Amino acid sequence: MIAVYIIIGVVVVILILFIMTYNGLVRRRNQVRNAWAQIDVQLKRRFDLIPNLMETVKGYMKHERATLEAVTNARNLAQQVASAGVGERAKAEGELSSALSRLLAVVENYPDLKANQNFLALQEELTSTENKIGFSRQYYNDSVLRYNNQTQMFPSNIVAGMTGFKASEFFEVTLAAEREAPKVSFT
Amino acid sequence: MWEQIRSNQIRSVILVIGMGALLVVLGYLLGLYFFDSAIGGLVIALVIWAVMSLFGYFQGDSLLLAMSRARKICRDDHPRLYNIVEEMKIASGLENMPDIYIIDDPSLNAFATGRDPKRASVAITSGLLEKLNRDELQGVIAHEISHIRNRDVLLMAMCSVLLGTIVILAWYGSRFLFFGGMTGSRRSSGRGGGGMAQIIVLIAALVFMILAPIMARLIYLAISRKREYLADASAALYTRYPEGLASALEKLGASTGQLKSANQATAPMYIVTPFRKEGMKASDLSSTHPPVSERIRILRAMSGASFGDYDRAYRQVHQGGKGIIPVAAAGTAPIEKVIPQEKVEKPD
Repeated sequence: MIAVYIIIGVVVVILILFIMTYNGLVRRRNQVRNAWAQIDVQLKRRFDLIPNLMETVKGYMKHERATLEAVTNARNLAQQVASAGVGERAKAEGELSSALSRLLAVVENYPDLKANQNFLALQEELTSTENKIGFSRQYYNDSVLRYNNQTQMFPSNIVAGMTGFKASEFFEVTLAAEREAPKVSFT
Repeated sequence: MWEQIRSNQIRSVILVIGMGALLVVLGYLLGLYFFDSAIGGLVIALVIWAVMSLFGYFQGDSLLLAMSRARKICRDDHPRLYNIVEEMKIASGLENMPDIYIIDDPSLNAFATGRDPKRASVAITSGLLEKLNRDELQGVIAHEISHIRNRDVLLMAMCSVLLGTIVILAWYGSRFLFFGGMTGSRRSSGRGGGGMAQIIVLIAALVFMILAPIMARLIYLAISRKREYLADASAALYTRYPEGLASALEKLGASTGQLKSANQATAPMYIVTPFRKEGMKASDLSSTHPPVSERIRILRAMSGASFGDYDRAYRQVHQGGKGIIPVAAAGTAPIEKVIPQEKVEKPD
């Protein structure tokens, strides 16, 4: 009789542990999804800001065709892969980031533009959006790390394997391109 | 990394329980002495505490904001501040955007309030908004958002309510005991019992009533200082840029203006203590905040931006003392900080 109780007890404990682990995995996965949605919002915001920015700077920066085109091209490219996987998107968005930072660096040479209120407001928006992209990426990657750890570490990996939780992909931007000092072109 | 915050929270909770125990013993002694029933005293103590807690829980943040004469702003009033708060909201993974308030005061300070992370506010003085650059402001906001994220606001509110209850009870208790002691003891001596035991209880009660508020206050201050360090560490983690907060603290520390609308009760909510005294000693036991110079030194000594790096920097500044963040946290994966870049020379 005691043996039966022990077996029932063990089964119940295992069941409770299973449920808790499962719920933990769901919570972490939702966090990853939510974090991804955050990045998405900011990337869209950047798409929306760029045409405005182009309109404003075009008149002032007649000699920066190449820099401006680079931004437009990078934006178009990023928009094309907007529904693609994390890795591909990260690459395209990284290109756009560096094109934009080059543009904002060139602005230093145009005092008229820097005095334009409209541009200043846009610049703040753009800087902040870049920051928000960075911070949401940081949060996303932290969330992915925690989620992946849980799907791969023992014993939660058993639950993850049985119920189909798969590791998520990091949003990695090629840091070399991003950290590069802004190049000034003279065309 | 939230696991470490939780383990730190457990420590704080233990201290809060310590304060609660003080309150219970105080109520017990008061009841024993004045009503001949320990339960009566306990009930009174707990009722006072419960009423104050409920009020603090539901009205605390609006009261605090009203007391500091803060006005709420929206996005268009100050886009940059709004953006910075939103950036930190994203970095910390906070669900809801906190309300933003500005206090029209030339002194430099900021605080966070709100009982839970879903419904929180940050307030900063207009002086701070003027004096700090974007990175520094980001550091300050990150520190405040950390208070919200780590649920320090609720913890500190609970602590100050506990402290307040203990102070009130001890104050009235000791007054009654002192002035009514001779006549009041008549009531008890009717039971027989004996004078000696009576006097011992009287002295014990008196000593406890003097000590309880002091002990409660020390615990309260210890919790407050601990949470400040943790909020600094979290701010460095969120911004990945400890230098921003460090240089903001430098400016905050250099200013001597006192915030007019702050008082003792609201002091621990601010980023630096709103009461500036000349030549305040380092690691002062009677302060809600660790000394600013020390916080700056720790932030500047960080080699990365993780909690582990903060802990190592803390030890370094304190010459091999006990760390501020639990050991389990120190071994996490390295997190790089952003190194302030030299201005790129532009060819002319």
